[in-house]
Amino acid sequence: MATKKFIYLNRRSSFGTVYAIESLEVVLIAAAFEQDVSLAFIDDGVYQIVEGQNADGIGMKNFSKTFHALGDYDINKLYVSAESLEERGLSADDLMPLVYEDEDDDWVEKPSIKVVSNVKLSKIMSEQDVCLSF
Amino acid sequence: MADILGAEVDEEGFLVDLGDWTKEIAEQMAKDDDVDLSDEHWDVINFLRDYFEEYQIAPAVRVLTKAIAKRMGKDKGNSKYLYSLFPYGPGKQGCRFAGLPKPTGCI
Repeated sequence: MATKKFIYLNRRSSFGTVYAIESLEVVLIAAAFEQDVSLAFIDDGVYQIVEGQNADGIGMKNFSKTFHALGDYDINKLYVSAESLEERGLSADDLMPLVYEDEDDDWVEKPSIKVVSNVKLSKIMSEQDVCLSF
Repeated sequence: MADILGAEVDEEGFLVDLGDWTKEIAEQMAKDDDVDLSDEHWDVINFLRDYFEEYQIAPAVRVLTKAIAKRMGKDKGNSKYLYSLFPYGPGKQGCRFAGLPKPTGCI
């Protein structure tokens, strides 16, 4: 099967709408078909990967745990907009420590999250075959 | 709606409410599929339940195989072994016995 480069743009916070959870579901499906998958977190989307989420009070599944499984699915390119973090008073330290094991480097755990500028992010987006916005 | 020991299942036999799961339900599902659950089956079923608890998803077969290899060794983490336990697919059949939803991306 031909491999395409997919990027999924996440622009909304975790709960309140179904965009975040639906995006994650589609990401996992693309990964099951062994496509080249990247994720971008922009605007309120950066809240999706903030550490320490708790959905108990709203009766929803805390799917933020699922982000920790992405490494197992060989999804290890998670780009976060530096500007979006800063506008919300957040920094890389507030994000979940998401990692993957590098097959080509004796399975060493490496961070999946890269904080990048919006300029760099648009360059990354322009290199993709498919761009899906949630 | 069909049910297994009083627990509602969907058209493919997956539990509708994951909270309904009991060992007896897993055993009944296996019996209906002509599978005798051995300790080796339970290792995989328990693994799947732990995985779901931790990540809130049923793993794709490729991921399950890799994760089992890591946790229990290569002799168990290979598809030949897993298919010998779960002839209808370690993902699909294993997850069903474990009371999980159908794995994401599983057709």
